[in-house]
Amino acid sequence: MASSGATVQELERTARRVRRDIIRMTAEANSGHPAGSLSCTDILTALYFSVLRHDPKNPAWPDRDRFVMSKGHASPAMYAVLAEAGYFPMKELLTFRKLGSRLQGHNVMGVPVGVEMSAGALGMGLSFSLGVALGGRMDGRDYRVYCLLSDGDCNEGQTWEAIAAASHHRVDTLTAIVDYNHIQNDGFSDYARFPGGDGRRDRPGGWVEDGRTVNILSLHPLAERWRAFGWHAQEVDGHDFTQIVGGLEKARAHKGQPSVVICQTTKGKGVSFMENNPSFHGKAPNKEETEQALKELAD
Amino acid sequence: MVKEARTAATREALGPTLARLAQAGLDIAVVDADLGVSTSAAKFGAEFPDRFFTVGVAEQNMIGVAAGLAACGKIAFASSFAVFAPGHCFDQVRMAVAQPNLNVKLVASHGGVVTGEDGASAQALEDVALMLSLPNFRVIVPADVVEAEQAIEAAARSYGPFYIRTVRPKVPVIYEDGYRFELGRWQQLRPGSEVTVIAVGVLVKAALDAAELLAADGVDCRVLNAASLKPADTEAILAAAETGAIVTAEDHQVHGGLGSVVAQIVARHRPVPMAFVGMQDRYGTSGRWNELLEYFDLTPQAIAQAARGALARKGA
Repeated sequence: MASSGATVQELERTARRVRRDIIRMTAEANSGHPAGSLSCTDILTALYFSVLRHDPKNPAWPDRDRFVMSKGHASPAMYAVLAEAGYFPMKELLTFRKLGSRLQGHNVMGVPVGVEMSAGALGMGLSFSLGVALGGRMDGRDYRVYCLLSDGDCNEGQTWEAIAAASHHRVDTLTAIVDYNHIQNDGFSDYARFPGGDGRRDRPGGWVEDGRTVNILSLHPLAERWRAFGWHAQEVDGHDFTQIVGGLEKARAHKGQPSVVICQTTKGKGVSFMENNPSFHGKAPNKEETEQALKELAD
Repeated sequence: MVKEARTAATREALGPTLARLAQAGLDIAVVDADLGVSTSAAKFGAEFPDRFFTVGVAEQNMIGVAAGLAACGKIAFASSFAVFAPGHCFDQVRMAVAQPNLNVKLVASHGGVVTGEDGASAQALEDVALMLSLPNFRVIVPADVVEAEQAIEAAARSYGPFYIRTVRPKVPVIYEDGYRFELGRWQQLRPGSEVTVIAVGVLVKAALDAAELLAADGVDCRVLNAASLKPADTEAILAAAETGAIVTAEDHQVHGGLGSVVAQIVARHRPVPMAFVGMQDRYGTSGRWNELLEYFDLTPQAIAQAARGALARKGA
């Protein structure tokens, strides 16, 4: 089964449902990573409802496109999209992070079926994706492998080992996607989204302000870095479905090199008090915040 | 069964064995981090270039790529020096191979102080402890090149993660070509009733020589080869406990390796005096491999001395 090629309106509606699920799941678990899940919701929705060749009824289909989630802390987004796509029952979402649930805090390979790889320790997804792409080449299969990376994933040396090796092996069936929201665990990755950060650009390294680290490790200029490593790189708005799907289609058409689609995103997207706010990286919303968030995300 | 005619490095078993298995139709893929010539994996690459992937000096990526190949149904082998894999990439081995129980075999050479002249940084003395700690992994430390070939074939033919530790120098070959390695079975190389020496790797030969020294003193010493460290042979350990004293011998830190495996089972079921020959919580140094075994008391004499000590505590 190919993806349905949903309209932008349909994708937007689906993404709103997924965002509501993310809020409910993390609120019910009273833990988890809502903001980084919200930032990649549109990317995952575009993949599973417009881009990927997949069949939830036949999850072991050898010719399916693979989606590898390297930023495993955003598992709520992945679980919600997988359930929405029909891989497992929606009612299971509220078991997230509880004893006995299949939905652990960070992804576990094959649990439930549809989760292509374990994640949690950053930096491992792209290497695995490269191996899956090389395996496809060995077997003469034409599936594509998509790997979603975070800012933090791009801090890890292993990611750059995989970037170097993928272009070295000319694996053009591999597409990396960066959910570039400029915020990570301790605070702001760089100056791009730090309010008032412009005046501090000359300062080497990072600093701590109001309990947040600013300029943890700048990835700028990110697209140029990937290009220098031999990749085809595009930059798109990670909350604009036309741009996301268009970028991924261009990546599919590009031959001879692996491709990266760098999605400029907003951490906490869709919930006003979570947007661009490092506090909700690894904190669940309380009761009032949950009500407010669901109100903002209503259809 | 036991002979001493030739010497060979256990690392030499890897490439030729994998090539033989691929010729026999096994769907093997090999990932190499710029040490394939040293680990002999390159000999496989020369015969099967489409199944051999170089990633440069990047062990973390090597493990991830191997995991991805395994997820496609390949029997994925990764090889390096033990200080680099698992040393450089333990969390990749843990999360990308062990936890999802993927069909990846890590064959690491240059285990132990016998690595020699390269010195402390190159001598893996902690790798076995790391790998024994991982659920789903099976851990094999072959005693010679014949057993290494057997162990590699057993790993290739059994689903799931394996760690096989080989060594750099040419060491005595103790097995005939017809030898068959069995997972979970510790072979008795010499019968004995008063004390048992359980050894792995290069110290198996030293254990046999120690038994000769003890025999000269009138001590009847059993010798076991514990190559299949995990799964271990509980039956053989309990039988060894019946001799009343046990010595373990390994070219590895005494914490977390063979000695710990044996002691845990003995302590639980049948406590007897034990002694532990191995690296005594210290690092190696440069030197020729056989000089280093002497320098760090990893010799037949040291094993025999440890056995006498354990014997003296019998019934105390």
